[in-house]
Amino acid sequence: MSVTLGTATSAVEISDVSVRFQSKRAEVTAVERVSLDVAPGEFVSIVGPSGCGKSTLLKLVSGLLKPSSGSVTLLGEPVRGPRHDIGFVFQRAALLEWRSARRNILLQAEMRGMNAAEAGRRADELIEMTGLSGFENALPHELSGGMQQRVALCRALLHQPRVLLMDEPFGALDALTREQMNVELHRVWRETGTTVLLVTHSIAESVYLANRVIVLTRRPAVVHEVIDVDLPAERDYSATMARPEFASATARIRDLLGAVTGQD
Amino acid sequence: MSTVPADRWRGVVERTWRPAALLAACLAIWHLVTATGMVEAYLVPSPAKTFGLLADKWSYLWGHTWVTTYETILGFVIAGLLGVLVAVAMVYSRTIESTAYPILLFAQVIPKIAIAPLFVVWLGFGFEPKVVVAVLMAFFPVVISTVTGLKSVDTEMLELAATMGGGPVKTFVKIRFPAALPHLFAGLKVAVTLAVTGAVVGEFVGSNEGLGYVILQANGNMDTPMLFAGLIVISVVGVVLFLLLDLAEKLMLPWHASRRGAAVTTLLAKG
Repeated sequence: MSVTLGTATSAVEISDVSVRFQSKRAEVTAVERVSLDVAPGEFVSIVGPSGCGKSTLLKLVSGLLKPSSGSVTLLGEPVRGPRHDIGFVFQRAALLEWRSARRNILLQAEMRGMNAAEAGRRADELIEMTGLSGFENALPHELSGGMQQRVALCRALLHQPRVLLMDEPFGALDALTREQMNVELHRVWRETGTTVLLVTHSIAESVYLANRVIVLTRRPAVVHEVIDVDLPAERDYSATMARPEFASATARIRDLLGAVTGQD
Repeated sequence: MSTVPADRWRGVVERTWRPAALLAACLAIWHLVTATGMVEAYLVPSPAKTFGLLADKWSYLWGHTWVTTYETILGFVIAGLLGVLVAVAMVYSRTIESTAYPILLFAQVIPKIAIAPLFVVWLGFGFEPKVVVAVLMAFFPVVISTVTGLKSVDTEMLELAATMGGGPVKTFVKIRFPAALPHLFAGLKVAVTLAVTGAVVGEFVGSNEGLGYVILQANGNMDTPMLFAGLIVISVVGVVLFLLLDLAEKLMLPWHASRRGAAVTTLLAKG
């Protein structure tokens, strides 16, 4: 892009955003005056107590939800409706049961009207990168939870989005699969250079993967603290877990979340 | 398939012998009841006499069967197309849903047999009033099942589609409609059996051909063997149409059939 405004240096810019909605009785504030800048290529984790509005933030960035006040800017352009220049991964893989793994990935291309041959090549690359080779033609119900989530990740990356939004993508997986997926996501992030916003419940996951961890408070969510993760870019799983910086970061987040949820 | 034909046949036998045995038991009881004179022959004819008549009067019955089948299929197809269209409109527009639902329900609870004479008055003695009654009978389950199916799509899937930017038509064609197909087929299977009933009800009210007419004539003549034969043929028509739909479902939605377990045709045809 030739026009570079002051804000264009951020991949995602959330400024002073509040979200309120009407429940049966009262007006509920889900998110209150949250501001957040994510640099291009950065990996930011968002943690917070259950139901605090973490997922709401991702919906705001993708344009699936409009803020009640404040503004959201994605890749230098204000978000006004659903954005197509992102990739989204949900907790549930949300795959089409009647399509094979590969055809689920290619749904992204079909919906966008991408060149089929090019999309096919790209899909094969991603299948290779995420270790799905040999499962291209399997239907979702024939795949394990981890495999399904890999398909969802490939689908989200097919169109080479500059921003990837992930809403507790590994929340439904067992601990071991989750660790494997963490390692793979880290590698994929390093290889693609995509900006990632990850909402997670796992403190270890949030620190292992991210450059920064945003800790939110209970609803209404406000940014409680931002933790800079001081770990090397190349992160071996076990070695990273053993580092004192990792231990201090996770301890700090655990403290914050304990303080945040422990009130009243 | 690596299974040899002999294995395949054994599989079919294993799956079908129970329902076959039950059917045989019913026929045996029927035979005993009539052979021992527990029930007078003019009230319940023996199976031998009934099936004998079926064989003798086959060409006569075949003509009437074809008339009823034709009315049924026509009514079913119209109900299916109309039902899906109305369901889509209702799912995409709250206004249409709230406007149409009460009328639909009203149309459903009116006894079709009570309004069938009206259609004869309006449309005459041809096939039209029968088709209309069949449509009315079959329409409702199609609408209800399609609405349920279209609404059962994951909100996450729809949100995902919004981020993919395919627009409403692509979202419908690639995601929403295929996801609704299992529900739609469930509705269609109910609908086809109701369409048979609708056609026969239509024939009861005023006609000079069709299986409903055959039964009415037989009833008038106290010809119980013919009455029974007519009933058997009507049931066979319903069952065959149902099985055809079940087969279509299995061919079109293998991903669903494989998860649903034993359906009638998978029971018969799986090797």
